[in-house]
Amino acid sequence: MSTRLAKGGRLLDRSKPLNFTFNGTPLRGFQGDTLASALLGSGRTLLGRSFKYHRPRGLVASGVEEPNVLVNLGRNARLEPDQRATTTELFEGAEASSQNHWPSLDFDIGEINDKIGKLFPAGFYYKTFMAPKWAWKHLFEPVIRQAAGLGAAPKEADPDRYEQTYAFCDVLVAGGGVAGLAAALAEAKAGKRVMVMEQTAFWGGRAPVDGGIIDGLAPDEWVRNAIETLEKMENVQLFTRTMVSGLYNHGYVIGYQRVADHTPGDGRPRHRLWRIRAGLVITATGALERPLAFAGNDVPGVMLASAVRDYVVNWAVSPGDRVVIVTNNDDAYRTALAVLDAGLSVPVVIDARDSVTGALPMAVKARGVRVLEGRGIAKVLGRKAVTGVEICAQAGEGGVIETVACDCVAMSGGWSPVVHLFSHVGGKLIWDEAGAMFRPDATRPPIKADGTALARAVGAANGALTLDALCAEAGLAAQVEPEAPLAPVWVMPAGAKEALKFKAFLDYQNDVKVSDVQLAAREGYTSVEHTKRYTTLGMASDQGKLSNINGLAILSDALGQAIPQTGTTTFRPPYTPISFGAVAAEAKGEIFQPLRRTPMHGWHEAKGAHWEPVGLWRRPYCYPRAGESHRDAVNREITNTRTNVGLLDASTLGKIVVKGPDAGRFLDMLYTGMMSTLPVGKCRYGIMCNENGFLMDDGVVVRLSEDSWLCHTTSGGAEHIHAWMEDWLQCEWWDWKVYTANLTEQYAQVAVVGPKARMVLEKLGGMDVSKEALPFMSLAEGTLGGFPARVFRISFSGELSYEIAVPANMGLAFWEALNAAGAEFGAMPYGTEALHVMRAEKGFIMIGDETDGTVIPQDLNLGWAISKKKDDYLGKRAQARVEMARPDRWRLVGLETIDGTVLPDGVYAVAEGHNANGQRNTQGRVTSTYWSPTLKKGIAMGLVVNGPERMGEVLDFPGDGGVVHKVKIVDPCFYDKEGEKANV
Amino acid sequence: MLTFTCPYCGVVAEESELTGGGEAHLKRFGPGSSDAEFEAYLFTRKNPKGVHFERWRHAYGCGKWFLAARDTNTLEVFGTYPAQTTEPPADLIAAIKNKRPGWEGWK
Amino acid sequence: MSEAMSALKGETHVGFATVAEAGLTGMVTIRADLSDPALAAALAPLGLTVPALRQVTAAGGRSLGWMSPDELLLVCGYDEAPALAATLATALADSHALVVNVSDMRARFTVSGAKAREVMMKLCPLDFATLPEMEMRRTRAAQVAVALWRSGADEVSLVCFRSVATYVMGLLEVSSRRGGEIF
Repeated sequence: MSTRLAKGGRLLDRSKPLNFTFNGTPLRGFQGDTLASALLGSGRTLLGRSFKYHRPRGLVASGVEEPNVLVNLGRNARLEPDQRATTTELFEGAEASSQNHWPSLDFDIGEINDKIGKLFPAGFYYKTFMAPKWAWKHLFEPVIRQAAGLGAAPKEADPDRYEQTYAFCDVLVAGGGVAGLAAALAEAKAGKRVMVMEQTAFWGGRAPVDGGIIDGLAPDEWVRNAIETLEKMENVQLFTRTMVSGLYNHGYVIGYQRVADHTPGDGRPRHRLWRIRAGLVITATGALERPLAFAGNDVPGVMLASAVRDYVVNWAVSPGDRVVIVTNNDDAYRTALAVLDAGLSVPVVIDARDSVTGALPMAVKARGVRVLEGRGIAKVLGRKAVTGVEICAQAGEGGVIETVACDCVAMSGGWSPVVHLFSHVGGKLIWDEAGAMFRPDATRPPIKADGTALARAVGAANGALTLDALCAEAGLAAQVEPEAPLAPVWVMPAGAKEALKFKAFLDYQNDVKVSDVQLAAREGYTSVEHTKRYTTLGMASDQGKLSNINGLAILSDALGQAIPQTGTTTFRPPYTPISFGAVAAEAKGEIFQPLRRTPMHGWHEAKGAHWEPVGLWRRPYCYPRAGESHRDAVNREITNTRTNVGLLDASTLGKIVVKGPDAGRFLDMLYTGMMSTLPVGKCRYGIMCNENGFLMDDGVVVRLSEDSWLCHTTSGGAEHIHAWMEDWLQCEWWDWKVYTANLTEQYAQVAVVGPKARMVLEKLGGMDVSKEALPFMSLAEGTLGGFPARVFRISFSGELSYEIAVPANMGLAFWEALNAAGAEFGAMPYGTEALHVMRAEKGFIMIGDETDGTVIPQDLNLGWAISKKKDDYLGKRAQARVEMARPDRWRLVGLETIDGTVLPDGVYAVAEGHNANGQRNTQGRVTSTYWSPTLKKGIAMGLVVNGPERMGEVLDFPGDGGVVHKVKIVDPCFYDKEGEKANV
Repeated sequence: MLTFTCPYCGVVAEESELTGGGEAHLKRFGPGSSDAEFEAYLFTRKNPKGVHFERWRHAYGCGKWFLAARDTNTLEVFGTYPAQTTEPPADLIAAIKNKRPGWEGWK
Repeated sequence: MSEAMSALKGETHVGFATVAEAGLTGMVTIRADLSDPALAAALAPLGLTVPALRQVTAAGGRSLGWMSPDELLLVCGYDEAPALAATLATALADSHALVVNVSDMRARFTVSGAKAREVMMKLCPLDFATLPEMEMRRTRAAQVAVALWRSGADEVSLVCFRSVATYVMGLLEVSSRRGGEIF
């Protein structure tokens, strides 16, 4: 049984008790507790169930490496699953519950998996669920999904706020222990801009618990002095509760600050993600203690030796009255001393080494503790709590020499430097035989943009595992007991039989055992990366912090090769899980992504427009009236535009001005047509192709003056086309004198369309918009209804049409003025769908409908827009390739169903025979299809093999449900083929 | 996330402020070129593991295209320079040869 | 000219810093060879000099910012912008230059207060601690392009495209909420 000790606890403030609940039971802790220490201090040792076998589990560790005790924290919208109890600071009112059991933590039906565990070896899923094939979807997967997973996902929107921030520094120190603080002091004194990030709420790391003297001071005092000094320096920023989660290329570092996890609901952002550019990252991330693999090493009460002394020293928690120590090194004896100092007993220290002579073991022996040499644990007794250990010869097979009663086992298999950050972007590791550990290779660090070192490891993270080694590296004086070498022991006992190995856990969180890794090796998994995925070793949310080295040591042994030959799996960020909230930060709700609004957006919104996204723009699709369906609204808008007058917000059209002595020559290269010969004040339709010859954009080009042109692009195409222009001007024809400016947003643009369009403009007044003054395809500038305006006589609907550009800040006023002036003529706004239908009625193509990146202008019968006089334009050479000149290309035609119905979108016309895959051959497809309220029938456009030569032919277009649409090939222009209506 | 120094505005820009444009120093082949020349211009890219010359645009900054020499394996950037040139600057080539003695050159 | 309305009509939010849309602002884009003596001569009547790399010069309530090696941005009164653009265009008629009134295509914001910098740190990948006053920087604020400069000791000015003004105001508002102070 664990309990709170009456005295001590260096991190506790006993004057501030805190109330919390676990599985609904009210419990108490103190300010300074973690949820883990508070649970342990409340006598709770059974705290969770394992993932696969549902074995009873308790705390193994005291920090980020904890694999077992993941809890649901909070409730309703603030429910968060899988929170590590060891890194959750206790706060008043905290609500935690255990995970992965049913019906209760104490009695869990899933435990049956443990009894039949032999049926679930490594690769169980791969071996078992392969056949029959149908069963995966309908039987296996649903059952597995039901059983799998740890915590419950919250179902409500997260009420908390998250944010990110950018930061820049010369040196970022990851880790606020003695090594990190010493490095920060040195760099800060050298005048560098320094940021120090410590993942816990406290400075000092392990040293205050482990003891020794630094520069004549106790570690706590040295740390206090260091922080005081650093806090006074203007070039230093200190952060606690901030984990450096990953190193990325060119000095990019992510820090994860848990701003308000311990003060929920206080109005601050909960988490803040730091996006840092650092000149140098000093990884002072310490080391993690390794478990030992023996049977029953997962029974609640078996803990890392360092965790046991952390709980005793930091939080005055006794993990048990009788603490057996099992170790392969001297460091674990510090736990024995800490336990004895707390007034608890150490029945025995089991040391796997044959000869134990170090200063620390001697000090323990001097306190009257029995130290067994060359011994190991054969088996831990107890199921939901440790009741004792069976001791055996480490060299043997597990024959029991004696049984010792105890309620806690403190184990230590040595220490592994935390090399994650150093490794994230290519820093290399070397195997240190003496320390039985991988440590950073200072000669092969990760590099920055300039090729110099991005990271340097210090202290325990660099393999300086003892205080004297760490201080020597940092230039500090240390006094500490010397430690004798450890013995690399991975399995206990060395010759453990299958029955023992089957209960000797490597990866607690994923229930991977020694026997699983050995099985993988026997089945041919020689790569550590493959073994990881086959056994799931290291694939849980703790990413193998405890299991990694032990697992690959056992794999190496099974493969009969040295550990460095096996190598490690790849370390990937984040070091510990970070919240989705911090990753998303401000990008949610209204500002999830930029939504581009025209000056008239609010008006459309107020009129109940149904929106269509066009790039990041929102354009009105239609303006449905009360009781009207969208289709009704579209039909009404079309009919009104064709009989009266319609108003379209066309502000999203791209508008790029191109000016200079070489502008005409440049546009002749950009467009397939000739723009240099366009008279001033005139408009011409132009199409642009990429160098592959494929159509990429179209629009009306207007010549504004002798040396300047205005190029209209598609909506959403402006940025891309502007960048395309600049690319050619900057990178290919840099000696041409041409300037461009993207003026898309300078103007609000309105299309006034329909037989009564001229009357509306005349009502506004101020400009002569008659056919004579402003003929079709020309431009006039002036003042219309008091607004400075450019008026273009262009039409995308086949009707009499004016497109009028006014300064964007006057766009709404102009739009309102048009609506008011148009009222007596029946003016109504129309949306993009009406626009699309009307252009289809006229047989005008739409980029993105009739084009898909494989269509050349010739396919769309746009040969008339291609100048025959030009030697060159972008795409011309490609259009001369054999494939482009093939006579049987699919080309644009109009399509009409025989029965007048609307053809489904995207259907194909079938041809005789089958292809190599046994599919019907095709000879065409639909690119646009609509109901035409003007013609009272379905109309469509499509690409058909040799289409224009096959007018009148009827093709079969199979649709859904066995329906075959009979479709006649017709001219794509369905409306006013002579163009009389636009040119009035 | 990579960083490059824009040779036009002197800013060290991060990748999120840039757009990449593929291999640099391609020679355009237009009408009149052979199929082989045109194919090479349109489709054939070096894609080396090692020193690579590439195009980047300071899209969120000054809007200018620049060229960079970068090791596609180590991500080391040897230098950046304006795009108005048909070949890399001699001093950059010398600097790369100094760092990568085995490099066969940019062509 | 009447009836002109800026994108957000001066919307303001007060958090740990004050964020405000600055209302109608005149802006003129000048694309030219910045070393062309004709450019300096055209600007001289305004009392403005051609800014050096990334700098902003100011005179008579107007400022002139370096946008790129061949582009400047004149910030002036909204009503005077069309005439200023026309005058400059005429003065540069014999040079290869493009002068255009762009007063309507952007929105301008100010972020002010002792912690104004902390609002911007959350949005832009640039080092505000080392950004001098009156240096023009074009960068990214979350997902959109902006140009900004420290227009005073405790003030940052920024401009973005008009269509994303609401988005940028959303960014600034959420980033300046009380409790979100970084230091």
